[in-house]
Amino acid sequence: MQGESLIVRDLEIVATPDGGEERSIVSRIGFSLAPGEVLALIGESGSGKTTIALAMLGYARRGCRIAGGSVRLGETEVLSLSPVATRALRGHRVAYIAQSAAAAFNPSRSLMDQVIEAALLHQVMDRRSARDKAIGLFRDLALPDPEHIGERYPHQVSGGQLQRVMAAMALLTDPALVILDEPTTALDVTTQVEVLLAFKRVMRERGTTAIYVSHDLAVVAQMADQVLVLNGGCEQEQGRIEEILERPRHAYTRSLLAATRPVRLADSMPVATGQPLLEIAQLDVGYGKLNRDGEPSDKVLRGIDLTLSAGRSIGVIGESGSGKSTLARAIAGLIAPCHGSVQFDGTPLPPTLRGRTPDQFRRIQMAFQSADNALNPAHSVRRLLGRPLETYFHLDRAERRRRIDELMALVKLPTSLLERKPGELSGGQKQRVNLARCLAAKPDLILCDEVTSALDTVVGAAILELLAELRQELGVAYLFISHDISTVRALCDDVMVLYHGECVEFGSCETVLEAPRHDYTRKLIGSVPELRPGWLEHHPLAMAEGTPA
Amino acid sequence: MRNTLFGLVAGRLGASLLTLFLVSLVIFAITSLLPGDTAQQILGQFATPEQVAALREQLGLNQPAILRYWHWLSGFVTGDLGQSASNGMAVAQLINDRLPNSLILAGITTIVSVPIAITMGVVAAMGRGGLIDRLLNLVTLSMVAVPEFLVATLAVLIFAVKLNWLPALSYVSTVDSLGDAMKIYAMPVLTLCCVLIAQMARMTRAALIDQLDSPYVEMAQLKGVPPIRRVMRHALPNAVGPIANAVALSLSYLLGGVIIVETIFNYPGIASLMVDAVSNRDLSLVQACAMLFCGTYLVLVMLADICAILSNPRLRNR
Repeated sequence: MQGESLIVRDLEIVATPDGGEERSIVSRIGFSLAPGEVLALIGESGSGKTTIALAMLGYARRGCRIAGGSVRLGETEVLSLSPVATRALRGHRVAYIAQSAAAAFNPSRSLMDQVIEAALLHQVMDRRSARDKAIGLFRDLALPDPEHIGERYPHQVSGGQLQRVMAAMALLTDPALVILDEPTTALDVTTQVEVLLAFKRVMRERGTTAIYVSHDLAVVAQMADQVLVLNGGCEQEQGRIEEILERPRHAYTRSLLAATRPVRLADSMPVATGQPLLEIAQLDVGYGKLNRDGEPSDKVLRGIDLTLSAGRSIGVIGESGSGKSTLARAIAGLIAPCHGSVQFDGTPLPPTLRGRTPDQFRRIQMAFQSADNALNPAHSVRRLLGRPLETYFHLDRAERRRRIDELMALVKLPTSLLERKPGELSGGQKQRVNLARCLAAKPDLILCDEVTSALDTVVGAAILELLAELRQELGVAYLFISHDISTVRALCDDVMVLYHGECVEFGSCETVLEAPRHDYTRKLIGSVPELRPGWLEHHPLAMAEGTPA
Repeated sequence: MRNTLFGLVAGRLGASLLTLFLVSLVIFAITSLLPGDTAQQILGQFATPEQVAALREQLGLNQPAILRYWHWLSGFVTGDLGQSASNGMAVAQLINDRLPNSLILAGITTIVSVPIAITMGVVAAMGRGGLIDRLLNLVTLSMVAVPEFLVATLAVLIFAVKLNWLPALSYVSTVDSLGDAMKIYAMPVLTLCCVLIAQMARMTRAALIDQLDSPYVEMAQLKGVPPIRRVMRHALPNAVGPIANAVALSLSYLLGGVIIVETIFNYPGIASLMVDAVSNRDLSLVQACAMLFCGTYLVLVMLADICAILSNPRLRNR
C-alpha cells in the first residue's frame, strides 16, 4: 500500500474531567497532506498534539471525545466509521508509534508476537509471511540479529532498539498513514540519530504519509515537510518547514525557536576566583555486592577527578547509564564510594549521610529531575519551603514568613501560590519550588540532576535563565547534570564528558564543546540535531550508510 | 527459569520452616500465658488439690516451660503430634477425623468462588464506570460489609426454616447421594462464597484496571485489537501476579477462619476443633492446628508467587 492523502477539517475534541464541565481541548484544526508527505505537530505538553494525532485513528483517550470535524484518509471518512470498521482501520491502514516503546510493549509477550499481531488480526497475511516480513523490516531498521530479536521480550532489548521494533510493528501492514508520537524523545541523542535515520529511510522507501508529533523543532526540521505549530489546542501557524524556521510569523513560534537553542548565559557572569569548594580525587563508585577485594560487582564510575570552585558551574554530560546521576548521589552521600576521596571546603566528606554534620547537609543541596516526585504532594508550598528553614536555621515565625517570601521572590513565583499543593502547580512552577527549597538552606553547592529535562523547551529555558541569575546573585556553585548539551553550553563554565563511567574529556565549555578532542565527545556533539533541514542527510552516519542525500 | 523457580521454592521452604518454628514459639508462649490450668480444667471445679497435682504430674505440667516445649518440638519433628490433654486421644487422630471435612468444604468453595470472582472482576474492569461495574461494585461492597454470621443466619432462616429446602445443620455422616451432598454443602458454601468472592473480585478488578490503563493496552487498541482479546491476551496475563496473591490470601482463610460457619451449621471442621482446644487448654492440639494453618498459608502464598513468576517473562528468564 502506498501512502494516501490525508485531509483534516475543523477537528474539535472536548474533554470532560471527572464531574466537571465539558471543555474544548482542540479546536478548529485543519490541514491537508499529499500522499507521502510528513506533517509535524509541534507544541508544548498540553498543547493537544497527541490528542490530534490520535484522532487520525478515530481514537480519543478516556474522558475525551471527538466532537466534530472530518478526517479523510484517501477515500475513507475516518470519524464516521463504525466501531468494527474503525478497528479494521487501526493497525492496518493507519499505524501508531508511541512515545515510550518500553511502556507500549506488553511485558509478558514476545516482541514478534506483538509485531505481527495486527497483521494476523486484520488477516493481511499468514503467520509465516508476517514473520518473514517482520524480519526483513528488522533488518531494514538496522536492528542487531534480525532473525532472532523477535523471540526476545521487551525488557531484554534496549530503548533505541525497542523504538525501532515498534516502527517495524507499525510498518508491517504497509499502512497508508503512520502516526509517530515523540518517537525519539526518550532516547539518548546518539541513539536518536540512528533511529531518525532508520525511520526516515524506511518511510521514504515506502512513500508513507506520516504525522510526526514532537516538541523539538530541530528534530522536526529533519523529518517533516510541513509544520503545524500548536498552543492550547489551537493552531498558531502552519506552513512548509523552511518557511517556519526562516520566517516565523507568530510570536509563539519565535519563542519556541529561541528556546530550542538557548543562548549562552554563563559569559555574563563574573569569573569566580573562589576557593576550591569540591575536590574529588580518583573516585570509584559501584552498586551490588562487594567481592573479596572490596570491589562492587557493578562498577558505575571509575577514577573520577574533579575540582569545583566556589561560585563556578560544572556541567556533566553523557548518555543514560554513563554514571552522571551516580556522581551526584555519591557527592550527596546517598551512595558510598568504594575508592577515592571527596573533599568539601577543605575537609573530607564522610562517604554516607550518617557521618555528615548538619552544616555539611545544609551546604550541599540536591535538585532532582522530577519535581513531581521530589515534592510531597500533600504539603503546601509554604510547608515545603518552611521545613528546611526549621531544620537548618530555627527561625521564629515572623522570620520564617519573611524568608519564605524572599525565597519565592528569588525564584520569581508570586506569594499567592504559597498555600497551593504541588498538584495545583504547572511543571515549571514545581521546578521553581524545588529550587527554592534547595535555596532555603543557603547552600554553597547545588547538585542539579537533569532539572530541565522533564520540562517543555520554553519552560526549561526559563529555568536555565533562573539558575544563571541565582548563581550571579547568590554565588552558589552548580554541578549541572544533563544529557542535553545545549543546556550545559548555556549555563556552565566547565564541562565533564562521562562515557561508561569514565571521564573522557574535561575542560572549559568553549574548548570542549567547540573543539572536542575525544571521539565520543565529537560523536555526542555531532548527534545534536541542528535547526536546519537536511542536517540529518549529511550526518556522518547517513553518509556511511550511503543514503542518498 | 528452572534455577529461578528452584531457588525461590528452596528459599521459601527454608523461610517457611523458620516461620513455622517462630509461630510454634509464639503459640506456646501465648497458651502458657492463658489464665487457668489444664489439669484444673479437665477435672472440673470440685477436684481436690491432690487430684489436680497428680494430674499435673501425669501431664508433665510441672516441668519448666522450655522443657515442655522441647518435648513437644522433638515429637512434632519426628511425626508424633502428642496426645490431646483433654480426652487422651492422639492429636494426629483428631486432626485426621476433621481435616478431610475442612478440605472438602474449602475445595468446593474454591471451585465455586474463584471462577465467579475472577469473571466478576474482569467484567467490572471491562465496563469500568458503566452500569454493570457500578452494580457489581454495589454488590461486592455489600457482600464485604455484611458479616458472615448474618449471611449464614439469614440463609438458614430462608432456605431451611421458611422454604424448607435445605437442612439447617450439615451432618456429613448422613451423606448418601450427590443430591444429599449438594444440599448439605449448599448453605456453608454460599456463606463462605459471599465473603470470598467479594474480596477476590475487587482485587481482580483493581489489578486488571491497573493494566488496562497502561500504554501497551492503548497500543493494542490502536492496533485494532478487539476489547475481549485486549483483556484476555494483553492485560490479564500481566495481572496474574496480584490476582493470584489475592486468591491465595482469601483461600488461606478457608481452613482456619471458618469457625463461624462451622459453628452455625454444626459442621465438623478443623476450625472448631482448634477453638475447642483453646478453651480446654489443650496445648498440643492447639499447636498442631496452628502449625497446620500456618503451613497452609505459606504454601498458598508460595503457589501464588510461583504463578506470578511463571506469568512474568522478566522474572522467568532471569
